[in-house]
Amino acid sequence: MARVFGTSIRRREDPALITGRGKFTDDFKLPNMAYAAILRSPHAHARIRKIDIDGASRLPGVVGVYTGRDVQESGVPGVVPVGWLLPNLKTPDHPIIATDTVRYVGDAVAVVVAEDRYVARDAVDLISVDYEPLPSVTDPARAVQEGAAQVHSEAPKNIAFDWTIGDESKTAEAFNNAPRHVRVQLRNNRLIPHAIEPRSALADFNPARKDLTLWMTSQNPHIHRLLMSLASLGLPEQKIRVIAPEVGGGFGSKIHHYPDEAITSWCSMQLGRPVKWTATRSEANLSDAHGRDHVTEAELALDDNGRILGLRVQTYANLGAYLSTFGPAVPTYLYGTLLSGEYDIPAIFCRVVGVFTNTTPVDAYRGAGRPEATFVVERLVDVAAHELGIDPAEIRRRNFVPPDAFPFQTQVALQYDSGNYEGALNKALEMADYQALRQEQEERRANGGKLLGIGLSTYIEACGLAPSAVVGSLGAQAGQWESGEVRVHPTGSVTVYTGSSPHGQGHETTFAQIVADRLGIDPDQVEVIHGDTDKVPFGWGTYGSRSAAVGGSALAVSSDKIIEKGKRIAAHLLEASVEDIVFEDGKFFVRGVPDKSHGIAEIALQAHLAHNLPEGMEPGLRATTFYDPPNFTFPFGTHLAVVEVDPETGEVTLLRYLAVDDVGNVINPMIVEGQLHGGIAQGIGQALWENAIYDENGQLITGELLDYAVPKAHMVISYELDRTVTPCPHNPLGVKGTGEAGTIAASAAVANAVIDALKPFGIKHLDMPLTPERIWKSIHKNGR
Amino acid sequence: MFPATFEYHRAQSLDEALRLLQVHPDAKLLAGGHSLIPMMKLRLAQPPALIDIGRVAELKGISHSGNAIRIGALTTHAEIASSPVIREQVPLVAEAASQVADPAVRNKGTIGGNLSHADPGSDLPGVMVALDAVVHFRGPEGERQTRATEFFLDLMMTDLRPDEILLAVEIPVALQGSGCCYLKFEHPASGYAVCGAAAVVEFDSSGSCQKCRLVFNGVKEIPWDASETCQQLVGTGLDEVTVTNALDGLQITDPMGDTYASGPYRLHLAKIVGRRALLKAAERARE
Amino acid sequence: MREITIEVNGKSHTRKVDPRLLLVHFLRDELDLTGTNVGCETSLCGACTVLIDGKAVKSCTQFAVQIDGSSVQTIEGLASNGELHPLQQAFWEEHGLQCGYCTPGMILAAADLLKNNPQPTEEEIRKGLKGNICRCTGYHNIVRAVQSAARSLQRGSEGGR
Repeated sequence: MARVFGTSIRRREDPALITGRGKFTDDFKLPNMAYAAILRSPHAHARIRKIDIDGASRLPGVVGVYTGRDVQESGVPGVVPVGWLLPNLKTPDHPIIATDTVRYVGDAVAVVVAEDRYVARDAVDLISVDYEPLPSVTDPARAVQEGAAQVHSEAPKNIAFDWTIGDESKTAEAFNNAPRHVRVQLRNNRLIPHAIEPRSALADFNPARKDLTLWMTSQNPHIHRLLMSLASLGLPEQKIRVIAPEVGGGFGSKIHHYPDEAITSWCSMQLGRPVKWTATRSEANLSDAHGRDHVTEAELALDDNGRILGLRVQTYANLGAYLSTFGPAVPTYLYGTLLSGEYDIPAIFCRVVGVFTNTTPVDAYRGAGRPEATFVVERLVDVAAHELGIDPAEIRRRNFVPPDAFPFQTQVALQYDSGNYEGALNKALEMADYQALRQEQEERRANGGKLLGIGLSTYIEACGLAPSAVVGSLGAQAGQWESGEVRVHPTGSVTVYTGSSPHGQGHETTFAQIVADRLGIDPDQVEVIHGDTDKVPFGWGTYGSRSAAVGGSALAVSSDKIIEKGKRIAAHLLEASVEDIVFEDGKFFVRGVPDKSHGIAEIALQAHLAHNLPEGMEPGLRATTFYDPPNFTFPFGTHLAVVEVDPETGEVTLLRYLAVDDVGNVINPMIVEGQLHGGIAQGIGQALWENAIYDENGQLITGELLDYAVPKAHMVISYELDRTVTPCPHNPLGVKGTGEAGTIAASAAVANAVIDALKPFGIKHLDMPLTPERIWKSIHKNGR
Repeated sequence: MFPATFEYHRAQSLDEALRLLQVHPDAKLLAGGHSLIPMMKLRLAQPPALIDIGRVAELKGISHSGNAIRIGALTTHAEIASSPVIREQVPLVAEAASQVADPAVRNKGTIGGNLSHADPGSDLPGVMVALDAVVHFRGPEGERQTRATEFFLDLMMTDLRPDEILLAVEIPVALQGSGCCYLKFEHPASGYAVCGAAAVVEFDSSGSCQKCRLVFNGVKEIPWDASETCQQLVGTGLDEVTVTNALDGLQITDPMGDTYASGPYRLHLAKIVGRRALLKAAERARE
Repeated sequence: MREITIEVNGKSHTRKVDPRLLLVHFLRDELDLTGTNVGCETSLCGACTVLIDGKAVKSCTQFAVQIDGSSVQTIEGLASNGELHPLQQAFWEEHGLQCGYCTPGMILAAADLLKNNPQPTEEEIRKGLKGNICRCTGYHNIVRAVQSAARSLQRGSEGGR
């Protein structure tokens, strides 16, 4: 039988989705269901003097109007917790509905429940709130200065944490001894995730059974169940069932535990009837955790040949008004640890100050810390190439960790598992015909007209955070293993249960491929169940590109356990010793005697009948694995962008986008390429268009798709992809992860290309997004 | 996402629509709804009543009579962009209409709604000014008309009176020896014009420019007619150097600006986009 | 409340509705046709795209009362006799969807595009789909899917001659 691992089989998820039969959270309707609408603060920072709900309560069709006081008085814990603790982290309370102070535009102030969506919205307008506006601050570098508005009294100067990694004195010494220094000051622009399905929750509390069923837009139903129980609702964990049905994209935004789903659940508990809440787009953009938003100074020490001797980074990371679930981890352990990039850097020191501001909380958004790190490193390397007069490809080559140096210990804690960085670079340069592009660039520069820019991003990615004990020692209030259960039915067909929870990644297809491949059966005989805390064993969910490497590995190990048990049964039936049993193509036989074999279905039937099992063996054929990986995995690659810049208007046109990625072994090439395409588009979006902007009063002025530009079909191009394969040495599948690689690499590749085009004007750095006006101004300032 | 309540009235004829407008003076007219409904969903507009004129036959249709094309107010952008007579006789209108928003919006959005909404980033207003279109209305006192150059008064304010209905626009057909171009520098999020240049030129038989119009969307609160600059170009051959020099002198007070494109940048864009539109129009005129 | 009759996927529905009820909510909440999704409120994302009298329209930007008497086709009505429409088939084969939330609107917008332009270039496809936002696919495979559907529709019409 041909292997199904590594083949592009079509997704089994699709028939429902292309015919409108996929069920997303807002698609569910229950008898007696009511609708919730949330009143949100229009102020960035204000004291709540008084809330008058009378008008709203009297509106026909309204069944309940509640404020933060009501939540407090109901006796539930009523808060949103943080899931990652750093040393000396300030953890101010985050009530699910504000009680006395609002701290960002969008902070929940009251909730209305009504018989109809429209009436609920009408009632929100009838609540009158007397606010006393307070001074506010939105910029992280400004928030730490004397006299800045204070977001929380318990965090002086708005500092939530002050974190360092690396060796400060060794790095200082490297800088003191290095003949060349290059420096950039940059801002990593703030992003809004924009999963096209807005967040939604349908909560059904049964007052007789005192249990809650909660359908919600979740990337990790068990985390949501845990936090709902512990911090928000106070219901025992076994009395809560969280179901993630079809989930319309996440990109990180559906990892976090937010107030809104807790408010919806709490309302259902008050009313004893089902309550549904679905964010509008403007609500989603105010309340979904935002991404990025760093203010950074970074410098590189080099010798005269472009060999990197040291790296020093200082970052102010905006955390928003409250600590979101993994907010503290993103700009620290997912950022500082990645600063060695693909390079052998002998000394690194990084300091990150996490800052509260009067903005929407900031947390993981596709890439989460790693795109920010890649941007710092890849920009610095390009600036160094520019200043030292070395070709950008060549300076990278001179600094790569060589293929024979793995496992490679960086100066910032990580130990890279495997890689061949120059291999990917060479392949990308060849695909692009790099020399010809450079020549065309020279010709264009000489002849005038539109400028050509070529940008490289040789990136490293770390996915599948692990092992749990290490992650725990760094502050995670969560484990980072994953569950996978394989049940072989008496007929030999299989149901697989995974704690990983997809929202577009195609787990049902790829996880079936993993198990079918291992068990030697057809993937159509394997059903994959996910996204329901009452069905699947506890698991940590889908984020950080961990599903294949951690969740997939759990299923691989479970499949192997099935085979082991199958061998013992086969040995018993064939009257041979277990050591002599071979399993191949779904059949068990004695080595050398393939004609006399038992298929997996026969073994499964025997296991269930239990008429003739080895002495002491339990009946049944199922295996559960809680797989805790020994290390992260480290995908890598080279992305190369070619752009054209119109010097008259500053407009950028993408001409080509090439990517050579190494994500280890590939389960389904079609799906891997799809993940890369989407990731690349999001990275291009950050580089050229996307920007969450707050005005001086803390109003989000790009909170609608009218102002915030996510890439549309006509704004991007077809991508040219290729791969190298360096299997991960420490997991049973040899896979690394692919969900975020595109985003991690792309912003830097595009920004480097645009800035490369502007080299004749002496421009060394520009911040993203590289809008036409920003480019035009920089050209203008530099004399044209 | 959820508009406030309103009274809904559906007019079957123009007379009925006018009568309803008399009875409900605070009502808004609803045609394609593509300007009004988004505002209502964000509750930036909460009209107490809507008069649906979407079925009023008198407001539909494209006709060609004499030297003008008449486009009924309910004609959609898609109908305009694909109409053979418009593409032939007033190609600038088709070119601009094909650039409005996206195909689904063009299938419903109407020219009447678009012009009376008068969004400064909209594509058709500048085109109507550049073509010296005439806007026709009917009110309780009967019919009235205004030149497009006088129709746009201020940001999202027009000469259309609250008791009137926009009937149609009438556009002089393009003459032999003329050329036009609508060129748009688009906002990447909204699709509106950051700077949209509508250019119309005419040459005499000797290749000398007889007429030159250049009107911008997106730069001022209302279409900005660069008539002084154009005046300098009449009598020239509209070669690249002459056009570039003339447009370099474009001046304007208080151009509009936002976080994506400041006022000074929009003025700069006007010089570049305007030049490119004029040169393209000239090239087409010579063809 | 106003009584309206709308034909949806070939079946006529008469309902009394609040005039402010948007078509998309009429489809989802009144008729339980939840394949049509909502992704924004400014007519930009296109998740709610349906065909009204054969033309792609954003159903979040129409009041149901406005289209009284019209006929609507939603994603649920695109496959006929259990056979997928060539666009549905192509989106599946070319991996033109991931989370699937934008997909119904995307497919219906593409159907309108191919009706008006049966052999579009890549640029025409991209411009034709600018009113439909997909956050997952980066559009690469959506473009491939539309190209592939165009080819099979072309084959189908040639075969039918």
